[in-house]
Amino acid sequence: MPNYYQPEIECASQDQIRAWQDEGLVKTVHRVYENVPYYRNLMDQKGVTPDDIHSVDDLHKLPFLTKDDLRDAYPYGLLAVPLSDCVRIQSTSGTTGRRVVAFYTQHDIDIWEDCCARAIAAAGGTKEDVVHVCYGYGLFTGGPGLNGGSHKMGCLTLPMSSGNTERQIQFMCDLGSTILCCTPSYAAYLAESIYEQGVRDQIKLKAGIFGAEAWTEEMRQDIQNKLGIKAYDIYGLTEISGPGVSFECSEQTGMHINEDHFIAEIIDPVTGEVLPEGEKGELVFTSISKDAFPLIRYRTRDICVLSRKKCSCGRTHVKMSKPMGRSDDMLIVKGVNVFPSQIETVLLNKGYPANYQIVVSRENNSDKIEVLVEMTPEMFSDTLSTVSAREKELVDALKAMLGIYAAVRLVSPKSITRSEGKAVRVIDKRKLY
Amino acid sequence: MTAKQISIFLENKPGKLSEFTKVLEQNNINMRALSLAEAEDFGILRLIVDDSYKAACVLKENSYIFSITPVLAVGIPDRPGSLVKVLDLLGDNGVNLEYTYAFTTRKKDMAYMIFRVTDNEKAIEVLTKNGIQPICQSELSKLFE
Repeated sequence: MPNYYQPEIECASQDQIRAWQDEGLVKTVHRVYENVPYYRNLMDQKGVTPDDIHSVDDLHKLPFLTKDDLRDAYPYGLLAVPLSDCVRIQSTSGTTGRRVVAFYTQHDIDIWEDCCARAIAAAGGTKEDVVHVCYGYGLFTGGPGLNGGSHKMGCLTLPMSSGNTERQIQFMCDLGSTILCCTPSYAAYLAESIYEQGVRDQIKLKAGIFGAEAWTEEMRQDIQNKLGIKAYDIYGLTEISGPGVSFECSEQTGMHINEDHFIAEIIDPVTGEVLPEGEKGELVFTSISKDAFPLIRYRTRDICVLSRKKCSCGRTHVKMSKPMGRSDDMLIVKGVNVFPSQIETVLLNKGYPANYQIVVSRENNSDKIEVLVEMTPEMFSDTLSTVSAREKELVDALKAMLGIYAAVRLVSPKSITRSEGKAVRVIDKRKLY
Repeated sequence: MTAKQISIFLENKPGKLSEFTKVLEQNNINMRALSLAEAEDFGILRLIVDDSYKAACVLKENSYIFSITPVLAVGIPDRPGSLVKVLDLLGDNGVNLEYTYAFTTRKKDMAYMIFRVTDNEKAIEVLTKNGIQPICQSELSKLFE
């Protein structure tokens, strides 16, 4: 029996969703044009006024907003209500530059928490559940978002925050936590620790809602098997509200985007052109119900695919795939978009370590891509035919994933430079600029 | 009844084999036979050494990718036609040969063949039935004393 928080919204007809979006978009565009000079300038530069926007069909006429805009407008430049109407801020970690600060009115907090409550319901949560939140609390949206969603759902909420694994496990045992909310890597770590302490039989978890970082299908299987739970993905970003912008349902084949609050588009990250459903590109969000910090056509840099295929859970809102990479990392080789994460997926699937390097070069005006892969004892054999066959298998899998030929070069273990901090994954030898 | 061949992954780059042999030198490991198969970007070095256990430990410490492959070592008279006899026995009995290489020792009038076949057990059975006794690793080591 599917479980919903707001069934009339989550299972609304396509026409109804479209009507909400048309209305919300027109209202929001008028409001930001009148109240936010930053938006007015952007729209004026593009020669578009609120009167040009009648429905979602006109969305493409509006200018994009990027993370740079958010930094330029820091802190109050995009605020669409008087500061006195705001009740909260949340902020990004600021690792890639200046922090982004997002403002919330009580209404904004409510819709954000509604979104998180929908995610908890989709994971099977009811008011009988004990929700164990070990996302960080504070400026980070993870803890407050799921905490609020859990309240709305009427669950008993354990505001654990992150860290202190021993105490986490103690509370899980003593208070019978049934739904775990944290990053997938912490879930995997918790699972290990639970096994080490030999308390697996005292754990009552049935589901996990994991997000805020990239994780693979293999990792999902691993966590599900170890903890005996169903592991659900959740997606969000502080700029748009926080976790719960989209969430997974029982089908586990993508995340439903809360379309009554956010309009999603997929664009070509190079040309900015809107792509049809099913094509892979950069995800762009427009928030249509927020008061304080509504973003119009915000480029997330996440690469994914949207699907309106009917979902067995009964929800009608569009589904997005797990992000497949970041448009910032994207390479264009022979005119084809290549993401390092695609290559990483193939390597992991084939049993190679994720330590690789992509070398792109240009010979006789033609692009060449070569993937350096570290040899492993498992892949090695004393016969050339066996090693060559495994190498060819990898080449074929890369071709299937990327759509173009990529050469594979097997190299000695530890020969690919492991830099401190961020790994050097791509070496582009083409002198194109 | 088999010998322990050490098979090592080497990148196909200048200096890689030399770098490898220096590791053996530093650890006083002596090679008895060596064969190198090359692909475009890498090579597989196959070695028979005096002390295969020690060699494996040293290679592991030095982060080489390698495997220990049981292979057949067969002593044959050092004169024309003696290899034909062994190969015919294997071939006639459907034992496929992946690769082979040869070496001699100080022992007069004898030559030694290393055979990597798909089915060691069958090859040993065929050879012993026909009076050819494959040499095991300890005997092989003694050959060099």
